[in-house]
Amino acid sequence: MLLTRLLKSATFRLTLAYLGVFSLSAMALFAFVYEASITFMEQQTRETVEAEIQGLREQYALGGLAALERVIRQRAEAERNRASIYLLVDRWGGRVAGNIDGWPEGEVDENGLLRFVFERPRPDGTMEHRRALGKRFIVAGRWRLLVGRDVEDRIATQKLLLNAMTLGGGLMVVVGVLGGFALSRWTLARLEGINRATKFIMAGDLSRRIRLEGTEDEFDELARNLNAMLDRIEALVAAMREVTDNIAHDLRTPLTRLRSRIDVALLGRLDEAEARALLEETMREADQLIATFNALLAIARAESGALRSEWEPVDLSAIAAEVFDLYEPLAEERGITLTLDAGEEVTVYGHPQLLAQALANLVDNAVKYTEPGGRVTIRVSGRPRPMLEVADNGPGIPEAQRRRALERFVRLQPERSAPGNGLGLSLVDAVARLHEAELEMADNAPGLRVRLAFDPAAQPKAPAPAQKALH
Amino acid sequence: MRVLVIEDDRDAAAFMAKGLRESGHVVDLAHDGRDGLVMAAGNEYDVLVVDRMLPGLDGLSLVKTLRATGNATPVLFLSALGEVDDRVKGLRAGGDDYLAKPYAFTELLARLEALVRRQVAPSTEARETVLRYRDLSMDLLTRRVERSGRVIELQPREFKLLEVLMRHAEQVMTRTMLLEKVWDYRFDPQTNVIDVHISRLRQKIDRDFDTPLIHTVRGAGYTLRAAD
Repeated sequence: MLLTRLLKSATFRLTLAYLGVFSLSAMALFAFVYEASITFMEQQTRETVEAEIQGLREQYALGGLAALERVIRQRAEAERNRASIYLLVDRWGGRVAGNIDGWPEGEVDENGLLRFVFERPRPDGTMEHRRALGKRFIVAGRWRLLVGRDVEDRIATQKLLLNAMTLGGGLMVVVGVLGGFALSRWTLARLEGINRATKFIMAGDLSRRIRLEGTEDEFDELARNLNAMLDRIEALVAAMREVTDNIAHDLRTPLTRLRSRIDVALLGRLDEAEARALLEETMREADQLIATFNALLAIARAESGALRSEWEPVDLSAIAAEVFDLYEPLAEERGITLTLDAGEEVTVYGHPQLLAQALANLVDNAVKYTEPGGRVTIRVSGRPRPMLEVADNGPGIPEAQRRRALERFVRLQPERSAPGNGLGLSLVDAVARLHEAELEMADNAPGLRVRLAFDPAAQPKAPAPAQKALH
Repeated sequence: MRVLVIEDDRDAAAFMAKGLRESGHVVDLAHDGRDGLVMAAGNEYDVLVVDRMLPGLDGLSLVKTLRATGNATPVLFLSALGEVDDRVKGLRAGGDDYLAKPYAFTELLARLEALVRRQVAPSTEARETVLRYRDLSMDLLTRRVERSGRVIELQPREFKLLEVLMRHAEQVMTRTMLLEKVWDYRFDPQTNVIDVHISRLRQKIDRDFDTPLIHTVRGAGYTLRAAD
């Protein structure tokens, strides 16, 4: 089981492939070294033989056959059992001088050298056959001369070299394969840990996390990233669960009311005016439900981030001016002074409709919760970074509750009669996150100041040419 | 008007047909894309209501095909909740308006009537520089508004609001439609801000005159007309 897995593992295959390439190049190197050393040694042998011949030729030229015989005798004496071989025979083949017996037979190779075998006594008295290379000459008076070189030791060295290389290569492959096994076992063990954890998570245990080994390597990094992803998923699932619960709660109540109203109507004991009033009330309720659905839809859209195709450079001042324009009559009717503090063009890259809706929600809230006589200000600024701000001098939100105010369906003062579905700030929050803007809520002393601060790095460099804020 | 409703949800389609018939319109129903295309191509309708998700042939392809044959009948797309980017895709495919489910019937009716009316006089609408309704007139170039010869001063936004109402005189304009046409907003603010804008406009247009022109249509929106 483990073996099959090991053989299948990517690390093992990679090690094998690497080993293959490495072995091939090592073998090429070995072959070259081997070839070169053989050639070198052969050449050395040939040169030695040639040098000897040259020396003998000079002796023969100076002193004739007698001198040649004397020199060979001397050398043979000095070279007994050594690498050089000499043999001078007379016309009948009898040995005159030299250090081997009997005129050898053999093959002449492409360099004109005779390859032959001769016998030599071992120290214990037995004879051994040794290979040699040499050259034969006919000297005057049909005497013949052989000058050669024992190559048995050289061949032994070559064999040794070959053996060493084969052994070394084999060892390399074995160590490489074992190393590959070890490496893949280690990798597999790390991955196995990650896989085990993900299986548990897939089975439903979202709280489980992958253990870090503390090695700070790429596996730890992978595990850390996966854990971060899991944190995000877990938070999303939790949020989703809460939203579902809230939807169930918030929609069940009006749906139940709707149903009982229709029930009453079906009893048929109402006069026409009563029936009409009841139907109108029912329709208002249904409209409120639709509005809630639409708000949820808008939040879902903002959160999905799937609207990127509709993004464009948006002038925050133009957005603010339009929202101001939309709410100014309402504010005036409620006795609230709505002011717009925006001048220069502040361009951010974003979704114009969602940005407008987010700002409208903020102004809506501010106008709704500020007492008559109060002030609400819409402010746009480009420095230090692009931002939209809505400040009021109403009751504000205590610091401890600000985070909670962003949650879906949460209404901090549910008993208040002001209409709303508790989704306004949730949408603002979703739009802020979509635009990677910071949503800050601060005390306006008194009142609330909500600010959407955009990341200057994510914005178009130069202010875009004048354009419509909305399309 | 003659309406073809292509909607696979039979209950919803039947309900819509009932409502439209009660409002005095002629309604045909198709329950899948292929039938719908055949009916739309073979008959003269004033307006089509097309669901985005249809068996057989989806709504977008249906309208694209229809437009390719040269049929210019106005189309209102209906789309279920959660389909992102729908509006843009729908309009790009040749739709004239778009409504997301769940919708109010009054909203649907108002939009259909607006589509048909636009179809009736498309060329004059674009060229007109003076809009008139009864004793009310507005010059789009000089931006001068008069009623019975008396000049009425309007803020830019009030002017735009009145212009939309006059272009759609005697039709119901829902709050959502006004937000789209006057503010270019495709969302509904939490509070009914439109009501306040209308009441301001009403102050200026109707206060000093015997016949009110701006009327509230209960549960639906507003309309510009002489008393019914």
